[in-house]
Amino acid sequence: MYEQIAANKRKTVLLIFGAIVLLGAVGYVLGLWAGSGIYGLVGAVALAVVLSLGSFFGGDRLVLASTRAREVSQQEQPRLHNIVEGLSIAAGIPKPRVYVIPEQAPNAFATGRNPEHSSVAVTEGLLATMNRVELEGVIGHELSHVVDRDILVGTVVATLVGAVVLISEFFMRSWWWGGFRGRRGGDSGGGGAEAIVFAIGLVLLVLAPIIGQIVRFAVSRQREFLADAQGALLTRYPPGLASALRKIGAASGIPMRSANNATAHLWLSQPSRIQGEGMGPLEKLFSTHPPIEERIRRLEEM
Amino acid sequence: MPTWSWIVVVLLALLLLGGIWIYNRLVKLRARVNNGWSQIDVQLRRRYDLIPNLVTTVQGYATHERELFEHVTEARSRAIDANAVPDQAQAENQITRGIRQLFAVAENYPDLKANQNFLALQEELTGTESKIAFARQFYNDQAMLLNTLIGSFPSNVVAKAFGFGPREFFDIEDPVRAPSQVEFPR
Repeated sequence: MYEQIAANKRKTVLLIFGAIVLLGAVGYVLGLWAGSGIYGLVGAVALAVVLSLGSFFGGDRLVLASTRAREVSQQEQPRLHNIVEGLSIAAGIPKPRVYVIPEQAPNAFATGRNPEHSSVAVTEGLLATMNRVELEGVIGHELSHVVDRDILVGTVVATLVGAVVLISEFFMRSWWWGGFRGRRGGDSGGGGAEAIVFAIGLVLLVLAPIIGQIVRFAVSRQREFLADAQGALLTRYPPGLASALRKIGAASGIPMRSANNATAHLWLSQPSRIQGEGMGPLEKLFSTHPPIEERIRRLEEM
Repeated sequence: MPTWSWIVVVLLALLLLGGIWIYNRLVKLRARVNNGWSQIDVQLRRRYDLIPNLVTTVQGYATHERELFEHVTEARSRAIDANAVPDQAQAENQITRGIRQLFAVAENYPDLKANQNFLALQEELTGTESKIAFARQFYNDQAMLLNTLIGSFPSNVVAKAFGFGPREFFDIEDPVRAPSQVEFPR
């Protein structure tokens, strides 16, 4: 467990460093193109530093906001609060903040940077379909992510990837619709701006598979098994989580509107955006979860 | 200084560092054990506070169960007065069983089962019972780590020098898991 925590802290430093180098390189190349490599480099590195600091200190709030999660009080959700508090006692960590997400698909995630600053979020669908022992299993799994600092890596990845995806989509679309040239009108160097925008979009498009690989490196499938096992150790009742996973597997047809590639790895089980459809090529690229049947099998063997 | 004295100095420094490391680990574990114990205490007190409420609520509907009410109330005062850990554990087990019986009795009274106050109390007591169990689990886990460290070489030397003693385990019954809990309303 302590090695796990140390490894996660190391990974976070590496990720942030990687993001700064990557964005710096892109900025330098673009800067060269536009006339001054140094300005591009400085600008991009500054952007990367701001992004990294932001994802470290405010990533949890960003992730929660992107799923439209709402903090709930003890009076609103006594059962959920009691379970979170009980399992935090068992894990020896402060009680995380409790959020509910307005989604019908049963799912959950944890975010934050350390056990003192952590949040657990569950969907309305999860609350509606799970009984007490199953909910305990799910929360035990999420709290294991908190204890192991998986939430730190996961949240930093989510915000960094989210920013890159957002920027690339923005640039690709503005190139596609010719928005930039239209707005700039007869501005001097309008053609150059268009080329730059296109270049940024293209670079980020090429980077997407690489980013997918980075996510997989940072958020290995192994840790889901580990959190399952550790969660079962907290509840001392593996069948609870197994039964919860079975219900989640059965409800996999229900789509989640607030799911996206940037946060997919945070969830208890891989969320699907489109009803009835399997994973698209891009979703497969960001697939970070082992198959649910395999997880159930391992829990049953405990 | 001759070489051998340097070796002695280095060895002594290593020994001292090892001792400090063990001492710090002992202090940390002792703090965790104490914290675990106070968590158990908080949850037990919470349950003492809830019991009179539960008895009053159930009494309003199930008038024939006087013996059971007295039994639970008496176990509660014995638990509060208990000084030794085993005495308290025994009284707590009686409370747990009494509350379970009260809930079983409630099954026979549809009006009671529909009472909002009763449902809220049931959730609170079920939640508190599981929190007691989790707190005990944490306490016993940490106590075991501490006792192992105190019992094994070379940490036993440091433990002895600074007066770290082994801690008693807290043994109470596990809460009932499946299937009876599954029937509880959400």
